[in-house]
Amino acid sequence: MGENNSTKYVIELKNIEKEYFGNKVLKGVNLSVRPGEIHGLVGENGAGKSTLMNIIFGMPVIFSTGGYSGEILFEGNTVKIKSPKDAMELGIGMVHQEFMLLPGFTITENIKLNREILKDSIASRFLGPQLKTLDIEAMRRDARKALNELGMTVDEWLPIAGLPVGYKQFVEIAREIDKRNVKLLIFDEPTAVLTESEAEKLLGAMKMLAAKGIGILFITHRLYEVLAVADNITVLRDGEKVGSMKREEASIEKIAQMMVGRKIERVEKRQNKAEKSEEIIMSIRNLYVDMPGEMVKGVNLDIIKGEILGIGGLAGQGKIGIANGIMGLYRAKGEVYKNNKKIELNNTRKAIENGLAFVSEDRRGVGLMLDNSIELNIAIGAMQVKGMFLKTFFGVNWPRLVDERKIRENALKYIKELDIRCTGPTQITRRLSGGNQQKVCIAKALTLEPDILFVSEPTRGIDIGAKKLVLDLLVKLNVERGMTIVMTSSELGELRSICDRIAIVYNGKIEGILSPYDSDTNFGLMMAGEYKSHSKEAVR
Amino acid sequence: MKNLWKKLIDKYGYPKVFITILLAILLLIAVFQKQSIYGLLKDSLVRIGMNSVLVLAMVPSIVSGTGLNFALSIGIICGLLAGCITIEMNMVGLKGFLIAVLISIPFSVVAGYLYSILLNRVKGDEMTVGTYMGFSVVSLMCIGWLLLPFKNPEMVWAIGGKGLRTTITLANKYDKVLDRLIKLPNIDLPIGTLLFFALCSLLMWLFLRSKTGIAMMAAGSNPRFAQASGINVDLQRTIGTILSMVLGGIGILVYAQSYGFYQLYIGPLMMPFAAISAILIGGATAKKASISNVIAGVVLFQALLTISLPVINRMMPEGNLSEVVRIIVSNGVILYALTKVGGND
Repeated sequence: MGENNSTKYVIELKNIEKEYFGNKVLKGVNLSVRPGEIHGLVGENGAGKSTLMNIIFGMPVIFSTGGYSGEILFEGNTVKIKSPKDAMELGIGMVHQEFMLLPGFTITENIKLNREILKDSIASRFLGPQLKTLDIEAMRRDARKALNELGMTVDEWLPIAGLPVGYKQFVEIAREIDKRNVKLLIFDEPTAVLTESEAEKLLGAMKMLAAKGIGILFITHRLYEVLAVADNITVLRDGEKVGSMKREEASIEKIAQMMVGRKIERVEKRQNKAEKSEEIIMSIRNLYVDMPGEMVKGVNLDIIKGEILGIGGLAGQGKIGIANGIMGLYRAKGEVYKNNKKIELNNTRKAIENGLAFVSEDRRGVGLMLDNSIELNIAIGAMQVKGMFLKTFFGVNWPRLVDERKIRENALKYIKELDIRCTGPTQITRRLSGGNQQKVCIAKALTLEPDILFVSEPTRGIDIGAKKLVLDLLVKLNVERGMTIVMTSSELGELRSICDRIAIVYNGKIEGILSPYDSDTNFGLMMAGEYKSHSKEAVR
Repeated sequence: MKNLWKKLIDKYGYPKVFITILLAILLLIAVFQKQSIYGLLKDSLVRIGMNSVLVLAMVPSIVSGTGLNFALSIGIICGLLAGCITIEMNMVGLKGFLIAVLISIPFSVVAGYLYSILLNRVKGDEMTVGTYMGFSVVSLMCIGWLLLPFKNPEMVWAIGGKGLRTTITLANKYDKVLDRLIKLPNIDLPIGTLLFFALCSLLMWLFLRSKTGIAMMAAGSNPRFAQASGINVDLQRTIGTILSMVLGGIGILVYAQSYGFYQLYIGPLMMPFAAISAILIGGATAKKASISNVIAGVVLFQALLTISLPVINRMMPEGNLSEVVRIIVSNGVILYALTKVGGND
């Protein structure tokens, strides 16, 4: 990798660092793209890919959270990109994962939006340029040209609404290349929603654009696509650049291993489970969950009593949907049996009554009432479903009043047991740090005294010290109370540090179940959905 | 001084502090004008008692998450209907009043239930939809008042003998029956009404501490949290709406016995706004409300309206300018209160 300055780069990132609320997400990343180069950027969710792109594109989220440090050189000049507008003026284009198109407008109008070609009209001659009219002919010509470059035959006057997804993606690209000065194009997981043939077409278009001298940054987690088109590949993990290689040096296995890496050593040497039961406490059959962005499409899974089962996989593949579906928070269909008894789906109350409890991945949205006290947050689930913490009022049985003393006792118990750092049980949960909020959520679930505890993304958005505490707590519950725990997490490292088995979800289905001691390569392949095709090499 | 000011604002919020200061200034002017302070305070107390239950009706609707009940006029109409029925049946005295309350409850429950079906379909827009729902029902009932088969000559138009009058007097029925329930020598204060309000508040306070009350509070505070805790959010919203309507119906009966008249037709049209303003001034927001907000709000709002009128009247005796000023003051306070829907940030 020639880092010498004699080579002219379109963009050079030097030592980029970024913190979100004291949480370092980028730790000195270097990256450079030459004109005409396709640079593949791969990494797990949370590796820092999107943050890096947001920095390059000047997204407001970066500056509203304190900016970044490091240097960006664009065509050899140091630049500060403060807004997407700056980025566009420099000649950086971005093709988004979700389409930024106006559905009611035609393809031409979308491509030319805010850059319309104008011509004089009678009114404008008298009343000034504000009244110029659109030169539809010229706009169509330009749009046609951009579409042709991409090998698209679709008519440029069609409205966006109703176009197939793949076409929309191409319209996005056409819009970017129609910008005359575009020098660097960022593709943020452009193939995520495309079919295979569409994706192929798109890769072809990328090559063609590169041949015209445009630098391309290609983010994806479909590894074979990277190998197919990228000239250079950079792998990010935990905000660090862990490797970069030329295409000739790369192989899917090598990238997969780098992506996953062994981050946390398995810290918890658990009581070796001599008496490890094989009793299945819950079996899930053909579960479909309609959770937007996390669709579950036919999951079959058995949960063994007393285990910690991990559910891993990349974002958007459906791992989050499983627990949400079983708990009735999103529409689900299929069959779930607990101890051979069928559990009614789409009914949260029934799920809780059947001894399930759930710590949501959306702590602030679903997990807590932010403006209410810690004690009430902890008690409310058990109160409503199990009728705990209630007392009669002067001997009258209805309405039953809240027993504030018992609520307080319960809260104090968990504050002590889980070491929740707060000013007292009446503090409102909004004022707690992320880790302590998570503990309140766990306390709330524990108050229900569940047989199976579902925990989703327990360490999302909390600092490293607190992460360890939360994970230790889960292990402690498992060992001491014999509680069956199903933990869903995007962080493979933490799954591997505490789980007994790890199910990897890909495209709404279970791709496979691995032991935490399995090789990085296998995990990487499974998460990329390529385990089966590579299974010949993978089976040791 | 600056510290004290900041402390006051932090503790009580801008609306309460400002209105209290305004009230103090008005009282001071009243003293200079040599007005009867006892009279002013007594009138204030009467108006506070009159409006108190209507303001209390806002609490269950806010707590259950449907926001301020702009459609309270529906509950008010239910109360008025019940009141008309008791007059038709020639009920008088405390008994008449209590029977009116009892009759109003099933009406309010049904109306509240139907209205909650609508609310559960327009989550997020309850207040806008509610405003127009209230207006629509008031208009619809303008036809209803004309067509309902009431026969009592005290209520129907003297000419033609059909359709209810716009104002129905309660003299000889149950005028001031609560106000004068408890009589102290030489003091004519609406003690009974205030006690009735205290009783309603106590019941509401207890309800908010019951299992259902907590579930309702959770449903309002964070619906997704409530759902994940096994609470039926739509049911809680329904209960909250019904309770609000029931209190609205009772509220108008309390109002009417003190005022001495039932006002039909467009009488209920703007009544929700006064109640909403009161509770907002008391420090509630569209998401949070408590009994103390109700008390503080109704005292400040009604005292302000009652005291400002004679004071301004004395300052500008010309014609009906004072009436214009009164409308400006009351709507101004409502406007100010409505800017506080989201709390004071």
